[in-house]
Amino acid sequence: MVIASSHSVGVVQPQTALFTAPLVLDCGRSLPRYALVYETYGQLNEAGTNAVLICHALSGDHHAAGFNAETERKPGWWDSAIGPGKPIDTNRFFVVCLNNLGGCKGSTGPLSIDPTTDKPYGPDFPIVTVRDWVNAQYRLMRYLNLSRWAAVIGGSLGGMQVLQWSISYPDAIAHAVVIAAAPKLSAQNIAFNEVARQAIITDPEFHGGRYAEAGTLPRRGLMLARMLGHITYLSDDAMRAKFGRELRSGQVNYGFDVEFQVESYLRYQGTSFVDRFDANTYLLMTKALDYFDPAHDCGDDLITALAPARADFLVVSFTSDWRFAPMRSREIVRALLAAGKQVSYAEIESNHGHDAFLMTIPYYHRVLAGYLANIDLTLEPQAGIL
Amino acid sequence: MIRPDWHIVEEWIAPRSRVLDLGCGDGSLMTHLIDRRQVSAVGLELDDDQVAACIEAGLNVIQEDLDSGIGDWFAPMSFDFVIVSQTIQAMRHPERLLADMLRIAREGIVTFPNMGYWRNRVQLGLLGHMPFNRALPNPWYNTPNIHLCTLTDFEALCDELGLEILDRAVVDSARRESALLRTFPNWFGEHAIYRIKRRVTGLK
Repeated sequence: MVIASSHSVGVVQPQTALFTAPLVLDCGRSLPRYALVYETYGQLNEAGTNAVLICHALSGDHHAAGFNAETERKPGWWDSAIGPGKPIDTNRFFVVCLNNLGGCKGSTGPLSIDPTTDKPYGPDFPIVTVRDWVNAQYRLMRYLNLSRWAAVIGGSLGGMQVLQWSISYPDAIAHAVVIAAAPKLSAQNIAFNEVARQAIITDPEFHGGRYAEAGTLPRRGLMLARMLGHITYLSDDAMRAKFGRELRSGQVNYGFDVEFQVESYLRYQGTSFVDRFDANTYLLMTKALDYFDPAHDCGDDLITALAPARADFLVVSFTSDWRFAPMRSREIVRALLAAGKQVSYAEIESNHGHDAFLMTIPYYHRVLAGYLANIDLTLEPQAGIL
Repeated sequence: MIRPDWHIVEEWIAPRSRVLDLGCGDGSLMTHLIDRRQVSAVGLELDDDQVAACIEAGLNVIQEDLDSGIGDWFAPMSFDFVIVSQTIQAMRHPERLLADMLRIAREGIVTFPNMGYWRNRVQLGLLGHMPFNRALPNPWYNTPNIHLCTLTDFEALCDELGLEILDRAVVDSARRESALLRTFPNWFGEHAIYRIKRRVTGLK
């Protein structure tokens, strides 16, 4: 049994919300009904003003903090920041985190049954966008009887959802915390995603996405995709510090087996991922990343795109993050400033690469905690947005 | 604690202006101006601790090195006032900053320690060592103040950059006013405070 520290939210149970009103998606198709699985931490206050939404990144899910069972060894993916006395303080906030549509951890996605065919969606699950996710998250907010988030917080792809929230539902988000994100992907980012997708799609076991029906899994493809992803999440420095050129057996063996520690690490990350993630979901998530570009509909002008936002913003980046480098966060900050928004920006010195946003870095957590502590919870939730 | 130059800065700032504080430190001046002048303020600061202090105080702050340029961050004329308080002498390129700041704001307010202050002159001219005192508290080999100047020097630079001086005030650390200070500012002013703007060129 895990000894829950006083800074842990402890054991939490995921919950499921069912929606029967169709959700029209950006791709033109719609989901007739769907489920969203979510977890909550902390207590909603009487006035309903202390709710915070956490948006997950590419391979994340609803299990952001605490443990799902007393026997669970690893806590949720952002347990470093969420809990009593932590930056996202569950003594103060009612924290909600959900698995996005298209996910593989309980929310409706490729593994779910398509009500029109009574078979799993598989590759026929519609392409979902960040905007679709935010629309679904808005419905979850209403389902939870909330009229407004005190803050919406996310890193990486999660940060993109935060930006979309501020644009799509300006009255339903008081504070936007955008961490290690970008206003849209660069060609290089899309290229990495495409290699990951090709690794999956060209795996002979992929079967056009109907691997479940064929009774198999595109293990190699998904593993390669994850290995590639991991390289982009770490910095050169972080890899050097973590592995260097260390050899597993202490000597070179002149072969293609795992020799260097970094190979061992990547293979471990890849193979363990295959057991907990669905290949079709991975494809969907990378497409959502590729398509995200809120400025596109505004003549490619991010300032115009952000004009409707009414939230106050905190933007955070990490110096060694080359996947979404500080430069990309600066684009967001510049546009927010030009649009006349309230914004603070912190650039965190770190050698952990993109992964830094999940780490306990004292300055990073001080900024996050300091910003969130200033959120005024006495404000009445906005009326009239039902 | 109120720094000696703040009450003058406050007097020059119109209520409810948009203010940018370059090198804002822990944000105390912004807080002061928000309280007294109801301004909307943004600060720029490089130091982690200071940025965190601003955020903890509920202020808007952008973490950036002033020496890498501010022109990229802000649209032309997006502020009423830009303040550079006790910072310009620590910049690698003070002249670039002065030019940049009056591109993004209508008026600039600059405060700096006056190298021409009598105590500095005595220390250098008579005692033969670099100034080391209340206003310049660092030894020469370990000081952020790499570009010290006198009132005369600063005014010459403004002239060269096409900047007009709208107001000038000098104070000593005790905020004393005196006839000496008014008559010989470059001798008795320990700190200088200027209000500047771009000179309107005679377009025909």
